[in-house]
Amino acid sequence: MAIDARKPPPQFAARMKRVLGGRSGLSGVAMQILFAATLIWVGYEIVANARANLEAQRIASGFGFLNNTAGFGVSQSLIPYAENNSYLRVFFVGLLNTLAVSVVGIFFATVIGFFIGLGRMSPNWLVARLCGAYVEIIRNLPLLFQLLFWYIAVLAALPAPRQSFSFFGVAFLSNRGLVVPTPIPLDGFGPFLIAVLVAIIAAFGLRIYARRALFERGKLVTIWPYVLAVLIGLPVLSMLAFGMPATSELPVLRGFNFSGGSRVVPEFVALVLALSTYTAAFIAEIVRAGVTSVHKGQVEAGGSLGLTRGQTLRLIVVPQALRVILPPLTNQYLNLTKNSSLAVAIGYPDLFSVFAGTALSQTGQAIEIIAMTMGVYLLISLVTSAIMNFYGWRIGRSMNA
Amino acid sequence: MFAIATLVAGSASAQAPKPTSTLEVVKSRGMLSCGVSQGLPGFSTPDDKGNWTGIDVDICRAIAAAVLNDPAKIRFVPLSAKDRFTSLQSSDIDVLSRNTTWTLSRDTSVGLNFTGITYYDGQGFMIAKAKNVNSALELSNATVCVQTGTTNEQNVADYFKANKMKYEIVAFSSADEALKTYESGRCDVFTSDVSQIVAERTKLAQPDAHVILPEVISKEPLGPLVRHGDDQWFDIVKWTLFAMLNAEELGITQKNVDEMAKSDKPELKRVFGTDGNLGEQLGLTKDWVIRIVKAVGNYGETFDRNVGANSKLKIPRGWNKLYTQGGLQYAPPIR
Repeated sequence: MAIDARKPPPQFAARMKRVLGGRSGLSGVAMQILFAATLIWVGYEIVANARANLEAQRIASGFGFLNNTAGFGVSQSLIPYAENNSYLRVFFVGLLNTLAVSVVGIFFATVIGFFIGLGRMSPNWLVARLCGAYVEIIRNLPLLFQLLFWYIAVLAALPAPRQSFSFFGVAFLSNRGLVVPTPIPLDGFGPFLIAVLVAIIAAFGLRIYARRALFERGKLVTIWPYVLAVLIGLPVLSMLAFGMPATSELPVLRGFNFSGGSRVVPEFVALVLALSTYTAAFIAEIVRAGVTSVHKGQVEAGGSLGLTRGQTLRLIVVPQALRVILPPLTNQYLNLTKNSSLAVAIGYPDLFSVFAGTALSQTGQAIEIIAMTMGVYLLISLVTSAIMNFYGWRIGRSMNA
Repeated sequence: MFAIATLVAGSASAQAPKPTSTLEVVKSRGMLSCGVSQGLPGFSTPDDKGNWTGIDVDICRAIAAAVLNDPAKIRFVPLSAKDRFTSLQSSDIDVLSRNTTWTLSRDTSVGLNFTGITYYDGQGFMIAKAKNVNSALELSNATVCVQTGTTNEQNVADYFKANKMKYEIVAFSSADEALKTYESGRCDVFTSDVSQIVAERTKLAQPDAHVILPEVISKEPLGPLVRHGDDQWFDIVKWTLFAMLNAEELGITQKNVDEMAKSDKPELKRVFGTDGNLGEQLGLTKDWVIRIVKAVGNYGETFDRNVGANSKLKIPRGWNKLYTQGGLQYAPPIR
């Protein structure tokens, strides 16, 4: 009697069984189905109840209101906006303002955080203590207070429009914000833009070439003079050939305020200051944790290779520390984005303020508006963590290589 | 956020066959839950001992007196302008008495009912005297501080557009923050309902350095609100204010109410419940008007005590005089 080797169980079925039932087999599958059904039922009940409640009180529901005229003004908008635009437009105005403050805030928080974090480990006694004090003070005070402090501080430090600081008569700083000339594109704008893009691509090409030369042939190529030449030269050439890319609309003081020009409102500055300095305190500790996690021998090895302290940090320590830094750093980025909704306290027109604030109280459609706003914050956060995960995956890959 | 959760999950009331009556809920709780402002002198503001006072507060006290026979049995819920409607929609409060403007959309799609007008108001502008502005029409290019979630935001937009003027608006979640920012010089003007500006001005470091411009750019009839779907409660809140107005018209005051209750004039007998059962028709007791007047006085007394001659604000009665004296306050008869 021939003995057949037992066939391996079909992979797909096994995997499904594992996913659905775990170790408990079919009864596990039944539990999963029951659980899913319960979830769906609870969800349905919530929606049905909310709908019945709204109908009983004759509260408007649905998303039709998004096409209605908003009828109120917004102090800062990255896209053209007027009072007779719809609530949907208000939604996008608020969303872009939230994104703007988050992106700028994340940038500064990262820069400040890295400096403070590395500074705290500096052999210089004073620098280390100052950075330590920064972290302990900033992270232990509530963010809302810091925000109000910066707002009041920013406003108190700035003069009224008539006494504004003038920068060569083209830009003005006052308690209405920083007013700068608005660029108005001319004929040379297209070629200029292309020249800048080409220059940037060329600079990256040069960098790739230099790295390849270093890794494959062991040759150190100095590229920065060429990079500089390309980055400045190409745009200048395009200006010579096609004329100036843009003219500018100068701000003029008219009545109470400047008219014309583009403006950075003080609310934006205060919010960025508060968010970035606050988050930087946490990032500093994360950076310190990451750097500390790199074995001391690595630093000593760098030293014995003749690298300076700065080079050791940049080339040896930070790349290894990044693996540890990245996941908690993502958390801080997400926190910063969500904390930007405190803007409502100082009158910065972010998504929460104009959409979940003004639009909500004008339409009374709390459920729809809050759901949309929560959905957007969720989406922004998920995209941020996806980007960070991708970056982490790349670092992990290059470390293993 | 919590309020919305209750709106979503408040299931029993919707699917149960009989909707719960607010009157029953208030009685069984032994406490009226009343939404007020976060502190607006004259309308609703806590004093240094934590007692709420103001004309809006007195409406709540009058309701509590009529329903629970005790003007102190109230839980005051301070609400920002943008949270107030959600709080009422979700049954967190029984009545919203928070200097709120009566508009069509709030009366319909927001799902609420205005019960009357406690204060006829209009929107105005406040500006520093030093700016030498005498008319709102000179405000072109001005920066305006306002509280978000109010009709004021839209009125500003309408007014500047109609007069072809440019403006910049900075909107804050609380009136206090808007006022502080105005004081810091970020804004040229502060806008709100005129009564509110008068009240807010008292909070400034130098109230006398600021003027209210003569233009009143909108109609702001302020009144209490209840939820859609409970007509009995709607009637009670509505007639509480009417009772205060009728009391003033009939000359009934906090002082003489006991004396006048003995009167045998048919009109007064109906009001005081010594004849007929009008109070019971509302779901209250016969002496409901006596309770209200004893608790807060008639409308004129309430007005004078909180915002008028006997208060710090000293706002003239103006439109809020009774119709018999050339004002707009006119209540249907109790009969």
